[in-house]
Amino acid sequence: MTKRFFEFIMLLIIWLIFVWSVQIPDIIAGVIVAFIIVLLFSDIFPAEITRLLHPVRIFWGLVYIPVFFWYVLKSNLDVAYRVFHPEIPIRPGIVKVKTTLKSEVARTFLANSITLTPGTLTVDCIEDNLYVHWINIVSEDPEVETRLIVDKFEKYLKKIFE
Amino acid sequence: MSNLETILVIIGLFFNFAGCVGLIRFPDIYNRLQASTKCVTLGTALILMAVVIHFGWNSISLKALFCIVFIFLTAPTAAHAISRGSHRAGFSLWEGSVMDRYKEDYPPEARD
Repeated sequence: MTKRFFEFIMLLIIWLIFVWSVQIPDIIAGVIVAFIIVLLFSDIFPAEITRLLHPVRIFWGLVYIPVFFWYVLKSNLDVAYRVFHPEIPIRPGIVKVKTTLKSEVARTFLANSITLTPGTLTVDCIEDNLYVHWINIVSEDPEVETRLIVDKFEKYLKKIFE
Repeated sequence: MSNLETILVIIGLFFNFAGCVGLIRFPDIYNRLQASTKCVTLGTALILMAVVIHFGWNSISLKALFCIVFIFLTAPTAAHAISRGSHRAGFSLWEGSVMDRYKEDYPPEARD
């Protein structure tokens, strides 16, 4: 019940930001829409996300944002270099890396972060293994691959989500 | 438009352009997804950032900020769905690829 109430308030706030007015008709419309959405989609909303309101987690989340943006920028320059290079220097393949993260939300964020960072794209996540398409494979050793791809994000995500 | 906005839009357009060129030049679907997902995400986010700076503190900027957040959440998810779907549908990697651990662990015949 608390979870549904939390979702309802969150959706209502987002609605009010989108319409950018606090007149009675807008609020009534927002309440109706938020109520319908909570009713329909509450089950697929991950419950563990309410834990993120803890101040320490928020702090690490804010630390994670610039780190993440730095990797995104690097990955874009990397791809732009490969795209415009006359010979297209790629050595692609799908590698298998392990994650120690347990929660579903943390794994989702890890997979998304891997996709947006240099030369890697998450193809699938089965149990503890992530299958990652890597544009320029530098090693055939799973340990090294895990260290290069996963570790830089895992240490932050562990603090944020677990 | 101020200088900062112009610079952001130009860098954003450059990355979007790189993504589109990658879409044409790279050999197979997975490499193409790499180029399009990464470059188009940052390129579009930078253009939206220019919108935020241009309009200052009002509802348009907040909507643009929401768009940035949602692009960063949904673009990698879509790329994952497309690459997984095409791998399951039997699209193999480019012949110059080094390895395919996913195919080794989950060969196409073993799937339903």
